[in-house]
Amino acid sequence: MKTALFASLVAAALSATVSVASAGTLDTVKQKGTLTCGVNPALAGFGIPDDKGNFTGLDVDFCHAVAAAVLGDATKVKYIALNATDRFTALQSSEIDLLARNSTWTSSRDSQGMLFGPVNFYDGQGFLVRKKLGVASAKDLNGAAVCVQQGTTTELNLADYFRTNGMKYDSVAFKGEDETLKAYESGRCDAFTTDSSGLYAERLRLVNPDDHIVLPEIISKEPLSPAVRQGDDQWFNIVRWTQYAMVTAEELGVTSKNVDEMMKSENPDIRRLLGVEGEAGKGLGLNGNWAYILLKQVGNYGEVFDRNVGDGSPLKIKRGLNALWSKGGLQYAPPIR
Amino acid sequence: MADTAVRTNRPAMGSWIYDPKVRAVVYQLVLVGIVASLIYEAATNALSAMARLRIPTTFDFWTQVSGFDINQTLIPYTHASTYGQAFWVGLCNTLLVGVLGIVLTTIVGFTVGIARLSTNWIVAKLALVYVETLRNVPLLLQLLFWYNAVLKPLPAPRQSFQLPGGIFLNNRGLVLPSPQFGAGSELIGFALLFGVAASIGLFVWAKRRQKRTGQQAPLVPLTLLLIVGLPLAIDLVLGHPVTFDIPQLKGFNFTGGKQVFPEFVALLLGLSVYTASFIAEIVRAGVQSVARGQSEAAQALGLAPGRIRSLVIVPQSLRVIIPPLTNQYLNLIKNSSLAVFIGYPDLVQVFAGTVLNQTGAAVQVMAITMAVYLVISLVTSSAMNLYNSRMARAER
Repeated sequence: MKTALFASLVAAALSATVSVASAGTLDTVKQKGTLTCGVNPALAGFGIPDDKGNFTGLDVDFCHAVAAAVLGDATKVKYIALNATDRFTALQSSEIDLLARNSTWTSSRDSQGMLFGPVNFYDGQGFLVRKKLGVASAKDLNGAAVCVQQGTTTELNLADYFRTNGMKYDSVAFKGEDETLKAYESGRCDAFTTDSSGLYAERLRLVNPDDHIVLPEIISKEPLSPAVRQGDDQWFNIVRWTQYAMVTAEELGVTSKNVDEMMKSENPDIRRLLGVEGEAGKGLGLNGNWAYILLKQVGNYGEVFDRNVGDGSPLKIKRGLNALWSKGGLQYAPPIR
Repeated sequence: MADTAVRTNRPAMGSWIYDPKVRAVVYQLVLVGIVASLIYEAATNALSAMARLRIPTTFDFWTQVSGFDINQTLIPYTHASTYGQAFWVGLCNTLLVGVLGIVLTTIVGFTVGIARLSTNWIVAKLALVYVETLRNVPLLLQLLFWYNAVLKPLPAPRQSFQLPGGIFLNNRGLVLPSPQFGAGSELIGFALLFGVAASIGLFVWAKRRQKRTGQQAPLVPLTLLLIVGLPLAIDLVLGHPVTFDIPQLKGFNFTGGKQVFPEFVALLLGLSVYTASFIAEIVRAGVQSVARGQSEAAQALGLAPGRIRSLVIVPQSLRVIIPPLTNQYLNLIKNSSLAVFIGYPDLVQVFAGTVLNQTGAAVQVMAITMAVYLVISLVTSSAMNLYNSRMARAER
């Protein structure tokens, strides 16, 4: 009896240690029926729950777009709210399928088991200060205490900027976005620093937004991109081309409202995008109408930008670098063919 | 012949298989083998999976430049230092809070515990309220309370409270004058050391003399003279080599002096007063565990109340107090990792937070962090066990 017990224990132990062959992320997502997406817990315009508890934002809409392309339903997303310090570990450990959490694409992150997709928001770091300090430029911040979220590129740029300009500062680092902002608001710090899109968003959450100003200096390049794990080329391609499809649609004038009429368009670019012609979807391992569903349910890049961070939102961020390449910006998609 | 051989061999074989001692050893070996192979498999599996996903598996990051700043450091550190140095900064900050926290919580805990037993109704009830309030509110909330409700509402640097002696209090913390050691100041240090050593010798001598002759020496003025008077005299003779750097308000904050940050104060206060509420109950239990007959017997021998406490009650109650007290010390050290929520750069915040995120070496960083807490806790508990074995009742 005892020996039998041991034999079965040994067998169980051995079978458990046989390494689990990892299925592709696409198959896993299809099998689960939902996309698990890592998002920002509290950044207006990028990832934040609305008053009904549903996540909204530019990054959240990117999750919707991937879910629409892969599963045919933009709502089939499970959100995991992640701190800056936890986000990459969550991706590496397969807790999430996709990280869309205003994360800066850097070479070191690309070499830590992650791959960053196309930039869905070109950003740069800035400073928020109280008006009554009388500071007009970031160069006047010598000796200031600066509140910053730890584990971010922001923290590193901050050190670089003060070193380059030969200035001293006190870095007060917090784990969460909320704690960081609260510490600034309570007067623990003279300045609050993050990506400038975040500065505009966070300023609106302060009690008297008009008492605070964003300084003119942009001290870094912050290309914010969605990220996936390395080693799954098919999944990386799907994530990449989801963003490109949204940018291409904006370029071609295809919106969520007119996409049905556009199906009848004679323009070969539009026909290939919507899957009327060619096999773009099949090549990615998706249905032929993936882009149609995506655009119908989520919209093109311009629409998504506008309702989350642009003129259709409280943030009113100008398109700037995020305009299409044809309109003086940097958003450019390779051809779908 | 063959038949008999088989028959005689069989019971021998059977006795080997059915021998409970042999079987026990075999089972243990099998179990050890299974556990070892499980650990081995898990480790190699994790390593190969990490290699496949291109997650760093080495400790190369240790010598790379960190690139971030830390505002509270006990050892020299800048953004040009390595991740390894960042680890030591975090560790020193954790140890600082741990050591100061243990000292502070012991003082507060013993005071409140004794107050719980006071015959004064108000004192006893105040101690009761202290214990019941603090031990029943989660520690994290208490830390956030100290940080957000007590320290942050302090005025901005330009409106600082000025305390006597060049000390300033504001929402950036406490700014103290820092001593600057000029030439000859090491002589004062030697004088201080000599004073302390001489005082200890004096104590030993006075005790022996008292045993022999019953005469008491005027210890307090003599030690004061040795420890305070002597260094001061040398300071005067040398013309004040030790000066104080008085903080000056300049720009955003004070420059010069030494700054104690509110994050540190909040963490130290929060941890100490919380743990003290548990220690108070342990002390009360320890004192009450000493049989009433003991103090009555001491009274009957004519000992004064103070001596009854120091010679009869405390030594006996310490036996009961020390083991659970060790637990509280360990709790305090481990709870200091909650620093991450109020922005104090301890080991978890600096190393398991920023360094982990910056390097992506999650497994290595977490393993090191856990090992460090394990070592700190084991050292603390073996020190306390040593003390306990010296205090424990000698078995007769």
